[in-house]
Amino acid sequence: MSLKIVVLAKQVPDTRNVGKDAMTPEGTVNRAALPAIFNPEDLNALEQALRLKDEHPGSTVTILTMGPPRATDVIREGLYRGADGGVLLTDRAFAGADTLATSYALSMAIRKIGLPDIVIGGRQAIDGDTAQVGPQVAQKLDINQVTYVTSVDNVKDGIATLTRTIDGGIERVTAPLPLLITVNGNAAPCRPRNAKLVMKYKRASAPMERPADGSLPYAEEYERKPYLTVAQWSVADVDGDLNQCGLAGSPTKVKAVQNIVFKAKESKRLTGADADVEGLIKELLESHTIG
Amino acid sequence: MANNYTDHPELRFELNHPLMKRIVELKERDFRDKDAYDYAPLDFDDAMDNFDRVLDITGELAGNTIADNAEGVDLEGPHHVGDRVNYASGTARNLDAMVKAGLNGMTMPRRYGGLNFPITPYTMCAELVAASDAGFGNIWSLQDCIETLYEFGDEDQHSRFIPRICEGETMSMDLTEPDAGSDLQSVMLKATFDEAENCWRLNGVKRFITNGDAELHLVLARSEEGTTDGRGLSMFIYDKRDGGVNVRRIENKLGIHGSPTCELVYKNAKAELVGERKLGLIKYVMALMNGARLGIAAQSVGISQAAYNEGLAYARDREQFGKAIIEFPAVQDMLATMKAKLDAGRALLYQCARYVDIYKALDDIARERKLTPEERKEQKLYAKLADSLTPLAKGMNSEYCNQNTYDAIQIHGGSGFMMDYPIQRYYRDARITSIYEGTTQLQVVAAIRYVTNGAYLAQMREFEGAEVSADYAAISDKAVEMANKFEEAVARVKEAADQNYHDLCARHLVEMAADIIMLHLLLHNATANAELFGKSVKVYARHAEADVAKHYSFITSLTPADVADYAQA
Repeated sequence: MSLKIVVLAKQVPDTRNVGKDAMTPEGTVNRAALPAIFNPEDLNALEQALRLKDEHPGSTVTILTMGPPRATDVIREGLYRGADGGVLLTDRAFAGADTLATSYALSMAIRKIGLPDIVIGGRQAIDGDTAQVGPQVAQKLDINQVTYVTSVDNVKDGIATLTRTIDGGIERVTAPLPLLITVNGNAAPCRPRNAKLVMKYKRASAPMERPADGSLPYAEEYERKPYLTVAQWSVADVDGDLNQCGLAGSPTKVKAVQNIVFKAKESKRLTGADADVEGLIKELLESHTIG
Repeated sequence: MANNYTDHPELRFELNHPLMKRIVELKERDFRDKDAYDYAPLDFDDAMDNFDRVLDITGELAGNTIADNAEGVDLEGPHHVGDRVNYASGTARNLDAMVKAGLNGMTMPRRYGGLNFPITPYTMCAELVAASDAGFGNIWSLQDCIETLYEFGDEDQHSRFIPRICEGETMSMDLTEPDAGSDLQSVMLKATFDEAENCWRLNGVKRFITNGDAELHLVLARSEEGTTDGRGLSMFIYDKRDGGVNVRRIENKLGIHGSPTCELVYKNAKAELVGERKLGLIKYVMALMNGARLGIAAQSVGISQAAYNEGLAYARDREQFGKAIIEFPAVQDMLATMKAKLDAGRALLYQCARYVDIYKALDDIARERKLTPEERKEQKLYAKLADSLTPLAKGMNSEYCNQNTYDAIQIHGGSGFMMDYPIQRYYRDARITSIYEGTTQLQVVAAIRYVTNGAYLAQMREFEGAEVSADYAAISDKAVEMANKFEEAVARVKEAADQNYHDLCARHLVEMAADIIMLHLLLHNATANAELFGKSVKVYARHAEADVAKHYSFITSLTPADVADYAQA
């Protein structure tokens, strides 16, 4: 049975490699100072999608992302690894979205794509760390959801068998399709970019990324090769309600941002001298930290 | 994330050499594949961009997946299970990643599923992989054995075997036997024609076979009963699917633990003849070995780069006497010399790879149509240049990588002798490079004819006419003086007309030639990019000048009568 799969992916600032200027004085993320990357757990999700495609010939994998035109990078990265196509949701009216507005926009786009068998994304994005978008999309589409998944073990007769992480162990569950899945970072890493696919898709772009003055290199290629044009949808394209999109559709309000400095209440300085080392060992034994 | 390609801009510099224009032109032939294959380039810039992107993929894979697995692979090694080889778990993961990245059969035509890449960017990928795990580099790089099948096999063999290599199956070249190492003329593995089954059958034993449990083997065997020399040997292809070859043991080695070195037993193994009978050694193995030598040169450069990286990082980090040891001239001397040898050796490797590319692409065109007289001339010229540089590239880079790993351990001091740092692995892995695919001594045997026939001198004299930045005019003058000394030393050895004297001086003469040619290549590089190569060219010039003087002094103080001093009972 071939599957129709949509992968939810987000372009995020690389918060794992934080420099001094990573935060603005207001305490928000300084996006300009951080390289934009494919959200790590979304890459784990993409790998699960591609494995399902390998096992179920004829399946299609579509990357769906919301963001500015440059977010098309995550779609290209998906194409380089074996995805069949992508959709960029981009519109000024989508800007400033919290998780509710984001999941609304994504669910409307998924409806327009046509309800897939599987919607799969990372557990959470490393910029917001909410883990809310996946579950909210499932609610809005009114489909089942399985979260914290480490592997989609098989899909047979409309039923998926999955392994998910729970406190103190793992759990194997089954769920009927259509299904939304969120994937953990300890799932299999994503496969590398493929040489032939990189050469095939390297010029793939969304119309908004291209120069308006007609200076696009190899312009005639886009007419010959429709797969080089990434679908780009606005609020209107997905029949979105402006009041539920972007800032207007976001009830979350940031009340205040505080800088927190971690400080030890009491600190001791030890040297490498035998007496200091012995003292430390004794102390740790007494507090049952070791031994 | 580490990326072995983008972390070292020297390699991208080598990729963007002016000769690439001609190479791409010959490989792509008016870009005729562009409508049939969605990944074929549209023009020269597009092709170069493809090479760059694929090197980027390879560099990322090598710098992360392969590098992360390297220590585990070194400790675990392959397993001998029954009559088969199971790779170390990290090796299996590396191979899977390389196959998924589509990096197999890179140089094969697109109609077989290949990327139609020139040898040059492919060799660069081999360097990148070897820098993270030299042993894994062997398994992956053995894909270039398919070149020999492509060149000498028939259409039917092409269509059955090449696509399998492009999809990621691995190869081995089964040449060595217990009594046939450097002297391959003594190969005894027996090939007999089975009239009933209309196929060849192989019987005997091969030893020291890298990746000996590969899916496809190229095998050198004796097809002509009663013969004892190289003219009785033919080349065969054995398909593991047919069975008949078992792995009797896996060798326990000093280094390259990830690469299984096997003893193979052939029991009536079904095989197919490649090309014509009796040409196995004299034509096909020579072609195979030339490719393999370029591969070992690339592996050596990769290890040299890794050794330099480790030495540099440790020297920056380690403090003694109140400062980082990188601030001490004694350490700087080692690091700068390592870098100079690395840059010089790499320049030689890719100069050689470009020469190979031009003549091989012309060979390939000649299979489609008759070459024009100009093209034939070009083919001959580059074939000769490539043949002359291949033993230098292999010989010098393998010696340099041994020297560089030695110095890198020296920089680490006592810590370098412990098994805790990766440098000990590079040191052990480096040791084989100057032995396999022809020892350094055999590279000298291959190179000496270009010393005596004037080919190297002609190359030097041609380089002397090239434009060099005014900053390096003094070095350029020194290179001329060095060539004069070389010419004089060669004349002295030729005049003596004494075979043993000639053989004793050979290594000295070949190293002089290599030093001078590499200095010219670095002069070219530094003139184009002083920031990347300005220091290396100066450091290398001093090293080369002293080295040439040393060899000159050795040869001019030696007479044929002195050779007896070297004879040990």
